[in-house]
Amino acid sequence: MRRIEEAVFKALMVISLFIVLGSLLAVILVVVIRGAPALTLSMVTQVPQGGFYLGKEGGILNAIIGSLYVATGATLIAIVIALPFAWYLNQYAGKSRFADIFRAILDIATGVPSLLYGAFAFSIMLAIGAKTSLLWGILTIALFITPLLARSFDEVIQTVPFKLKEASFALGATRLETVLYVVSRQALPGILTGILLAFGRGIGDAASILFTAGYTDSIPTSLGDPVATLPLAIFFQLGSPIPAVQARAYASGIILLAIVLILSVVSRVLTKRYMKYVIK
Amino acid sequence: MVRQKGIISRRYRDLIAERAVLIPAILVSVILIAMVIVFLDKASPIFITQPITTLLFSSSWHPLSGQFGFFPFISGTVWVTLLAMGITIPISILSAVYLAEYAHRRVRGVAQPLIDLLAGIPSVVFGLFGILLIVPLIKEQIAPLAGVNSSGYCVLAGGLVLAIMVFPIVISISYEVIRAVPTEMREAALALGATRWETVKFVVLRKALTGIIAAIILGFSRAFGETMAVLMVVGNVPIVPQSVFDPAYPIPALIANNYGEMMSIPAYDSALMFAALILFVIVVAFNILARIVLVRVYRKGV
Amino acid sequence: MDATESVAPEIRVRDLHVILEKREILKGISVEIPKNRITAIIGPSGCGKSTLLRCINRMIDLVEGASVTGEVLIGNVDALSPGIELTELRRRVGMISQTPNPLPMSIFDNIAFGPRIHGERDSKTLDATVSRCLKTVGLWNEVHERLYDPAAKLSIGQQQRLCLARALAMEPEVLLCDEITSALDPISAKHIESELLAIKNEYTIIFVTHILRQARRIADHVIFLYLGELVESGPAAEIFSSPKDPRTKEYLEGVFG
Repeated sequence: MRRIEEAVFKALMVISLFIVLGSLLAVILVVVIRGAPALTLSMVTQVPQGGFYLGKEGGILNAIIGSLYVATGATLIAIVIALPFAWYLNQYAGKSRFADIFRAILDIATGVPSLLYGAFAFSIMLAIGAKTSLLWGILTIALFITPLLARSFDEVIQTVPFKLKEASFALGATRLETVLYVVSRQALPGILTGILLAFGRGIGDAASILFTAGYTDSIPTSLGDPVATLPLAIFFQLGSPIPAVQARAYASGIILLAIVLILSVVSRVLTKRYMKYVIK
Repeated sequence: MVRQKGIISRRYRDLIAERAVLIPAILVSVILIAMVIVFLDKASPIFITQPITTLLFSSSWHPLSGQFGFFPFISGTVWVTLLAMGITIPISILSAVYLAEYAHRRVRGVAQPLIDLLAGIPSVVFGLFGILLIVPLIKEQIAPLAGVNSSGYCVLAGGLVLAIMVFPIVISISYEVIRAVPTEMREAALALGATRWETVKFVVLRKALTGIIAAIILGFSRAFGETMAVLMVVGNVPIVPQSVFDPAYPIPALIANNYGEMMSIPAYDSALMFAALILFVIVVAFNILARIVLVRVYRKGV
Repeated sequence: MDATESVAPEIRVRDLHVILEKREILKGISVEIPKNRITAIIGPSGCGKSTLLRCINRMIDLVEGASVTGEVLIGNVDALSPGIELTELRRRVGMISQTPNPLPMSIFDNIAFGPRIHGERDSKTLDATVSRCLKTVGLWNEVHERLYDPAAKLSIGQQQRLCLARALAMEPEVLLCDEITSALDPISAKHIESELLAIKNEYTIIFVTHILRQARRIADHVIFLYLGELVESGPAAEIFSSPKDPRTKEYLEGVFG
């Protein structure tokens, strides 16, 4: 009887894991299979031409570049805020109550849906009379990924062994020098992974920039221009009643998936590469 | 000889840094508070025109005539979220237990990066997947099997897509919590002649229970706020769904579809901010709850 | 203290008390440590050896809830005075820990770290410092072809010698060694001992150990601590051959510890 129960549950566990991994596979396969026929070179090399949304010539280069702009800008801003945040939590706040409070706030901020960051940013835009633009797209995504990034930095920096800080202090380093040259160096693989992950979240999010980035068929030339992004390109093309345009949405899905996959591989490679200096 | 210039500036730099690193921490906190203030402020007109009970429990949604009953959206959100959690919870916990207690290291080495990858897939791609596979599947296979007519764009489609999206969250936190149960406890049970499964059931899971609950709460709050993927498959009809094959209109979808376009009707704008406020309060409440649980778990050393 | 007259004392400890969470770890230590000699601090574990060491370069500050009173004069500077520049103190007083703690960077950068943070920018000078220090600790021949390899790749024994070289690169006056051979194999331990003997005329070395034979091998001067108190101190030869205090005698005979 005991054995049977164990066997049943073990089977259920294996089935569950297969469901989880199977759904990942299904998501990728379905999008790839349905999108592949419409995936052409012009998709990634051209911006929409006349009649694009009726199924004619063109591509979504505007959205690809736009997404890269938005995610890059947002990630840079997020790093500038999140890294010092993590330094503060781990090097300067010590074991004070403040560190606990700020960590709690960070947890809450991480849980806020991206849509709400978008709604918040848009309210601010309305209040100051700003128009949808690349700049606001970047700011909105930055709002959304900064807490994520700060939290992941905090987690990796917390794992840096105390003896490394001790070694640095014993050599006469200040707290700043220790956190810059020793702690961050040790945490570098984790920091890079966190950055790429946040970049991926930034490139994939649609709900937050729905209101703030606008949409355009051309590649933005300044921060004040509106900008197209991949997730929104998919979303809008799907809304079209024309099958050829819908098919392009699927193909755009492949492109977005490919970017996420590449990021994941690059993060693994980088991690391995920078792991060699890490003291275990 | 080592140069000794710049000692003062080194100390100074450290002290400046000590102040400077506080700025980001304060900035993030201020933004969070500002969000509450903005939502409250912009939602306030609707409180004045309508009692909160009407807002929450009325089903009559007629923005043009100033009737804002949120009940269809609230129930839509609850339906989709509960359905998703109903699917996610057993599958995720069983997977986490398997990975933490049974799986070979190599299986773990393959499964974990894949689960991380699943976590990284953008919502719109999940939405796309829902439209391409789940919606037609419901329309052509599942609904006829149940003897109903459905467009496929329904609560079930939203729930299924959402369930997949929540897997990685519940699995990874549960996994961490289970791994944090000390080995000695397992050994104690095994030494008493318990089977592996009995050890898991009576010792490990009991110890890890609160942490798993926190994982579920976090998954719940993620599901609650998810916007695009659900919006793409759930139908977006403002009715109170009667079955899983009915369409629904969750709160995030309502905001995403309408905010920014309905500026001409100030009351509508205010109603949408009220919706944002509801979403914010619930998600934050869930997160705080999960955090309290998790902090307690780790303080006790699991 | 009469026995140290021949050499000017480098460090004078006066009435040093350390209290940690209501427990008195050091109960009023007063002792002088001679310049450019190896001084061994011996005593059973828990007697406060490491704590005394950590007061000299103020690493004790990192221990939460520790309160320190008294004076630790290095030359004529009180290391315990609140206004002291800690970075400069720790440049003057190098430290090597029990287990090797290389920094997460290359061999070269590990040694250049100290000089760099203390303001040395010239790459030629840094090159010279690195090779000089590696030669001093006998590591040059083993690593000069892979200076830019991660320090983590070295063996434990090599890592400890690297840590010694790293401390030397700051051109300190004092070296604090906290049971630095206890994590090493006997051969590496011997390496370290002979390197310390080779450099002792240029540095004031304070060496914590619980291995009496090691103290006999390398120490010129000995401080014996017992339960947070100074039992006796003096030239190694005198302490080992004719200890004045019965507790020292018992410890040396292996009655406790």
